[in-house]
Amino acid sequence: MEAVFHFSPFSGYVYPNETVVPWTLLIVVYPYLTGLVAGAFTISSLYQVFGFHQLRPVAHFALLVSLCCMIVVPLPLLLHLGHPERAFNAMITPHVTSAFAVFAYAALFYVILLMLETWFVFRPYIVHEAQRAKGLPGWIYRMATLGSHDVSEKAMSYDRKWLFALAIIGIPGAHGLHGYVGFVFGSLKSREWWSSDLMPAIFLFSAIISGTALVIVLYVVSCKLRKVPVELPCLKVMAYSLWGFMMFTLLLEGVEFASLVYRGREGYDVIMQFVEGPLLIPFFVLQFGIGSVLPLAVITFFIWRGANDRALLVGVTASAVLVLLAVLMMRYNVVIGGQEISKTGKGLLAYYPPILGREGLLAAAIVLILPPILLSVLVRFLPPWHDQEQTA
Amino acid sequence: MEDKEKREKQQRERREFLGWLGGALACGAAAMAGDAGPSQAVAADEQAAAARAPPNPAIPGYDWTKHRWAFGVDATKCIGCLRCVEACKKENNVPADAHHFRTWVERYVTLEGEEKARIDSQADPVNIEASGSEREYRFADRYRDAKVAKAFFVPKLCNHCTHPACVQVCPTGATYKTEDGVVLIDHTYCIGCQYCVQACPYGARFFNQENNTTDKCTWCYQRITKGLLPACVEVCPVGARIFGDRNDAQSVISQFIHNNRVQVLRPETGNAPNVFYVGIDEDVN
Repeated sequence: MEAVFHFSPFSGYVYPNETVVPWTLLIVVYPYLTGLVAGAFTISSLYQVFGFHQLRPVAHFALLVSLCCMIVVPLPLLLHLGHPERAFNAMITPHVTSAFAVFAYAALFYVILLMLETWFVFRPYIVHEAQRAKGLPGWIYRMATLGSHDVSEKAMSYDRKWLFALAIIGIPGAHGLHGYVGFVFGSLKSREWWSSDLMPAIFLFSAIISGTALVIVLYVVSCKLRKVPVELPCLKVMAYSLWGFMMFTLLLEGVEFASLVYRGREGYDVIMQFVEGPLLIPFFVLQFGIGSVLPLAVITFFIWRGANDRALLVGVTASAVLVLLAVLMMRYNVVIGGQEISKTGKGLLAYYPPILGREGLLAAAIVLILPPILLSVLVRFLPPWHDQEQTA
Repeated sequence: MEDKEKREKQQRERREFLGWLGGALACGAAAMAGDAGPSQAVAADEQAAAARAPPNPAIPGYDWTKHRWAFGVDATKCIGCLRCVEACKKENNVPADAHHFRTWVERYVTLEGEEKARIDSQADPVNIEASGSEREYRFADRYRDAKVAKAFFVPKLCNHCTHPACVQVCPTGATYKTEDGVVLIDHTYCIGCQYCVQACPYGARFFNQENNTTDKCTWCYQRITKGLLPACVEVCPVGARIFGDRNDAQSVISQFIHNNRVQVLRPETGNAPNVFYVGIDEDVN
């Protein structure tokens, strides 16, 4: 059987084995998804732990967004593996010096934490439905109670303590999980484009902005679908958070790039050739211009104007969509860009993603569309809407 | 025939891996036995001692604690004939195309009036076109009409580093460093994540789509453990590739390292390579 692989054209000198790019679109999608998890969880925590009461309309919704993204996170990794059936080898015999070996445990821990938190949040609703619903849904709700039907004030105050504790553990959990993804790239000394101590922090802040942007977009869409008005004070707090975290992200990215240029180590010439050439559209136009500066300007305008009207809604939602695009492009520019700069420091590769195939555009798009589909099912079982609230 | 060799090789690598695993388990067992009381303490000590002693791969007549393999490249001798690359592909069932190599040769040509060398390898499309096949390799005579100021060839292969970055990042331990200094891959345990491919600063690793695992030079472990030379060393007509045991002060490699001012590639990575070069200049990394 002829083995199938895609090789990339190159200029200058690249090592012969480099022409087949090892990590492609699925490894772009993977940090993007974990970032959305961390970001959505941040919004939920801002309410749950830090008492941002304006965020109440989205707090539980953000938790479900985080959970749905997290459930899909292992999928791109499994699809990427040459032997997905051996994935558990990393858990059975984890090699302790490998950042990847930690992933399975970190992800498992985090999925359990998210599920526990979701259970505590929705427990009153689950108990209520378990007593009311008939047929299959009733059976599912009765299973979901885990045998606990106590919703007395005493039990609820106990639940609230648990929720608070879980949310607090979840903050380092979610952010650690994503900071670790940055470490996977930043700790490699083989690629100048990745090798940076700032990488975990950059990944983390861009994660927070992407998750916040996703919650904004999905919240507005859900309001439109449910035909209820968008709560503008809530939207405004999310827009302010987005603005603040974007400032940090841009600053960190700027500092990282500046120090890369300033250090000007071996391979600098080729990196600059890359930055001025192939990176022009994906980075300067899409990620930086349209995806970062434009939404930042729009949100700044609304903060300055201080209005609560339809323009705010449209402006913030459009900005959030652009931020989602920017962070996706950031992941692409880091993961693919890093591999387009040859390890020789003397050549550039040009990666063109295939449409079909296990690691093609279609597969990546399917993985990315799964969390919203999962969410649309989950919100029917566990409605997170505070206008019909029956949650902790 | 090739399949059989491949199977044997895989089985051997697997045995080695299981040896390690056995050692680890014995360690764990010894630790537990330590709590079991004085009567078992002696047995536990023996077990612990057994676990501390490096496990030996079940290769008849071969003791991997007795060797410390190393490789030398004398770039001043290499003529770029590429017999090494072809021999390696045949010996190790490396995919027969221009994108998967366990070893390769780089050509550095500085033209008169230019400061930087022009670099290509046998995998360059121009050279593949000249050979007419992705299965046979030769350097195209592309500088025939140019005024060449300086030119030389540099054979490349896995450096079997003392501190290998690829082993550090492997999530399962499928790639590991042997007692005799070789970095191997257990193809039956590798999950194919390719983190090691990313981590290697030398581009020595590739992903083999035929078995969906990572692959790289093993210094022909199947040969050196039988007292033979790696295939590339065996076929080199000019002695540009040197291989031997550093535990033996009189071996060719010990003499090569002793008698020359050798250097390694990218020492700044801290990987401490075990392929020693003579006759390369600043362009080579």
